[in-house]
Amino acid sequence: MKTVPIYGMMAEFDSAKDLVVAARRTHGAGYKKIDAYSPFPVEDLADAIGFHKNGVPLVTLIGAIIGGLTGYLLQYWVAVVNYPVNIGGRPYHSWPAFIIITFELTVLFGGISAVFGMLALNGLPMPYHPVFNVERFAMASKDRFFLIIFSSDPKYDPAGTRQFLEGLTPRSVSEVPS
Amino acid sequence: MADHLEEVTVANKRSPVIEPGHTFASVTDKISSIVLTRPTSLGWFAGFGFTFLLTMMLLFALSYLFVKGVGIWGINIPIGWGFAIVNFVWWIGIGHAGTLISAILLLLRQSWRNSINRFAEAMTLFAVACAGIFPGVHTGRPWLDYWMFPYPNTMQYWPQFRSPLMWDVFAVSTYFTISLLFWFMGLIPDFGTLRDRAENKYARIIYGMLSMGWRGSARHWHRYESAYLLLAGLATPLVLSVHTVVSFDFAIAIVPGWHTTIFPPYFVAGAIYSGFAMVLMLAIPIRKIYGLEDFITDRHLQNSAKVMLATGWIVAYGYAIEAFMGWYGGNRYDATLLWNRLHGPYAFWYMSLLSCNILIPQFLWIRKLRNSPFWLFVLSSVILTGMWLERFVIIVVSLSRDFLNSSWGMYYPTKWDWMTFIGTIGMFLAAMFLFVRILPMISIFEMRTLLPEAEVKHQ
Repeated sequence: MKTVPIYGMMAEFDSAKDLVVAARRTHGAGYKKIDAYSPFPVEDLADAIGFHKNGVPLVTLIGAIIGGLTGYLLQYWVAVVNYPVNIGGRPYHSWPAFIIITFELTVLFGGISAVFGMLALNGLPMPYHPVFNVERFAMASKDRFFLIIFSSDPKYDPAGTRQFLEGLTPRSVSEVPS
Repeated sequence: MADHLEEVTVANKRSPVIEPGHTFASVTDKISSIVLTRPTSLGWFAGFGFTFLLTMMLLFALSYLFVKGVGIWGINIPIGWGFAIVNFVWWIGIGHAGTLISAILLLLRQSWRNSINRFAEAMTLFAVACAGIFPGVHTGRPWLDYWMFPYPNTMQYWPQFRSPLMWDVFAVSTYFTISLLFWFMGLIPDFGTLRDRAENKYARIIYGMLSMGWRGSARHWHRYESAYLLLAGLATPLVLSVHTVVSFDFAIAIVPGWHTTIFPPYFVAGAIYSGFAMVLMLAIPIRKIYGLEDFITDRHLQNSAKVMLATGWIVAYGYAIEAFMGWYGGNRYDATLLWNRLHGPYAFWYMSLLSCNILIPQFLWIRKLRNSPFWLFVLSSVILTGMWLERFVIIVVSLSRDFLNSSWGMYYPTKWDWMTFIGTIGMFLAAMFLFVRILPMISIFEMRTLLPEAEVKHQ
């Protein structure tokens, strides 16, 4: 039989508080390649696993700026350069009339960038992921909290890491096949 | 944990946002079981069947319209904007409450919104979809509607960006897109929950695909929350802009009764007013039928009633200023319009509008009525009628008598007008029926955050 490569070691906790405490201790113990899973956004959890930077605001800002420029320049080019129409003697570059569509496209591009940027940075959609090989992980979308140490972590060794996780008093510890 | 909630309740002397005694598991099971395990009732089939028939009536009316043209409607010169635009403005206004609840109340940290935002957003989407039909078919040649979008074409023409009707195209299509994104994004973690709970193989596959492999990683939640807040921040000015732009369709024109600067705020307030009325008309039966009184508590109904009372007064202020300016402004056409509204052929409808939107909603001051779902339902239906009449009065009464006596006229809707209008109500309700059956109508993950166990105190 072929041996399945191991993706990591996973511990299960009962409450958000336990998970945050365990995540802090794990990160403090020198494990850097870790992740935590919860059924709702838990305050401080990203901080506990050492994840601080988040690219979504920047992506959204860039999207919004591109949207605003697209909106204004499109109207300018159409109304002044390509298709100038004299409407009651108003100037071709009648900028106050262009503000609304500029604003709408700013919001449209910004919003699309926020959602699709979030999905892309999260690597979603992802039809297969090793964590789902653990049967109990189905509870992560209900009322259980999970912490994983990836096997790619330099400090990872099957026996030692299991012992470390058991020291955090979890509900269960399981190996995650990839 | 139950004690904690009870203490809060006693301290505030108000109903709680979520009834005490719930856990992560009970919240999850209660909401997901409606979709996954609860047998579909006969009532659901009857309701969906009936509203589906109304949708078919809409399709029939629209098909006949495409064959014959807009002549089958009651519109003619001088009243070229009849039911189609009345219904458009009414529907799009209804949608506004959904965005207000999901975006503005999120930014204001009104966590009570967590149990009503999902179906309020669904309401927004379906209402905007109904609204979008009307200007589309009102153009007369709806198969050429894509001409409204700027794209390079062999006719070498471009849309006229100085026209408020073009602004409307951009505002409404942006609004629909952003509302859809907001709604879908909120659903992703809940799709994950349904995927993990579903017994049926196909349900699991479909929810699994929709969840995009969501696994609740802390990194993902972190980015998710940023994106959610940013989207709320973008949707907030957007929702205020949409009805502002709709009001520009009127305010930029010179017709007496349209050409007024108070329109944008007064339209936005009216939109939220009617939207909350629709939220209540949907929430009250839904929570009763599906036994969701624990999640959509009396507190939600009371808060919505208070929002209606507040926005109702802004609308009343709008009417008062319109009348005052008609008298004080010294413009004889504005004065004539005021006289027309009060004594002209449509006086009955203007009086009905004032009763429905200003007089009768004052019953909301009475705490007993605010606490009674039955009376809230009745008052909400009155407000929705009133807001429809408001758009009717603004559009039809203003157009019926403009500057020249020779171009005065009356408007009589035909059966096709009514079939189209009632058909969109059917389409809206049919979509709601489908929504409560196949998607979690309350945001499961946001409900979990309302529970006291969700809090992580600093050590």
